[in-house]
Amino acid sequence: MEELLNTPYFGLIISILTFETGIYLNKKTKLSIFNPLLVSIVLIILLLSIFNIDLKYYNQGGDLLSFFLGPATVILAVPLYNQLELLKTNYKAILIGIVTGSLSGILTIIFLSKLFGLENQLSLSMIPKSVTTPIGIEISSQIGGIPSITVAAIILTGIFGAVMGPLICNLFGIKDKVAIGIAIGTSSHAVGTTRAIELGETEGAMSGLAIGVAGLVTVFIVPLILTIL
Amino acid sequence: MTVFRQFLIVLVIAFSGEIINYSFNTPIPGNVIAMMLLLILLSWGVVKLKMIEKVTKFMLDHLALFFIPPGVSLIKNLEQLKSEWAAILTIVIISTIVIMVVTGLTIQFIKGRDS
Repeated sequence: MEELLNTPYFGLIISILTFETGIYLNKKTKLSIFNPLLVSIVLIILLLSIFNIDLKYYNQGGDLLSFFLGPATVILAVPLYNQLELLKTNYKAILIGIVTGSLSGILTIIFLSKLFGLENQLSLSMIPKSVTTPIGIEISSQIGGIPSITVAAIILTGIFGAVMGPLICNLFGIKDKVAIGIAIGTSSHAVGTTRAIELGETEGAMSGLAIGVAGLVTVFIVPLILTIL
Repeated sequence: MTVFRQFLIVLVIAFSGEIINYSFNTPIPGNVIAMMLLLILLSWGVVKLKMIEKVTKFMLDHLALFFIPPGVSLIKNLEQLKSEWAAILTIVIISTIVIMVVTGLTIQFIKGRDS
């Protein structure tokens, strides 16, 4: 039985099937909590836990999928290129927005960690949680966090941003397309961007842009804040 | 062959990003450098949109799918997350809302003031 799981087919089939299930649930119920990515992750974790299947069998197929994350990040330059004019006319607002947003996010995390009495290493692991995974891992290990906890926080952040992003923007009166895109990308990186792309080309491109810029901004301000505090 | 030919262009740019990251030991990951590289190549007209059209559509249409495996790897941290899950979840939710709202409102305010 184990040998059967030891092929890339297993991981690929359950990934695509559970994702399709998520798309179906999402269409049928029109509830944003049935985000296809979230549904897929939860179903696969349940499946692996219930049948006691080792993660390494899933990853035989999973690695084939996650390989595309690298080239897909590169491809985000395309929607950005299509919206270059919009970026040029708004660069000042966009840059100030990302810096203020990232800074307030980091301060919020530090404050809440103190409030909840999280141990120091755990709180350091949470600090880079809003940036894209490769940058987040880098920052986490630099400041003495636990990279795997950071990855977990990054994924949770992304899913929350993708599911609730449009609703939150609406609730706080953020109506401008550029503002919505940058807000989603800055707060919830590439996973949020998958939702922003669905909102429209402008939102998607701006969100894609924000992934890189917010990542860079965070790389520079995190060490600064930690020395000051 | 078209799709793989287009894929080759993207792979070479992605790899160049890794090479730059490795050679100069940049704090920016190779993928993000490669993204900026592709943007420059598109603006200079060295790479035309048509040359990577099919791969672009494939990648952007399936972006969420590629995040399933890193999400599933949460399973490794379930024990660590169990003891502090409420605090972690609260921090994730509140800080994400703060970043989103502050970023969005700042941009909207500056754009509105400038125009």
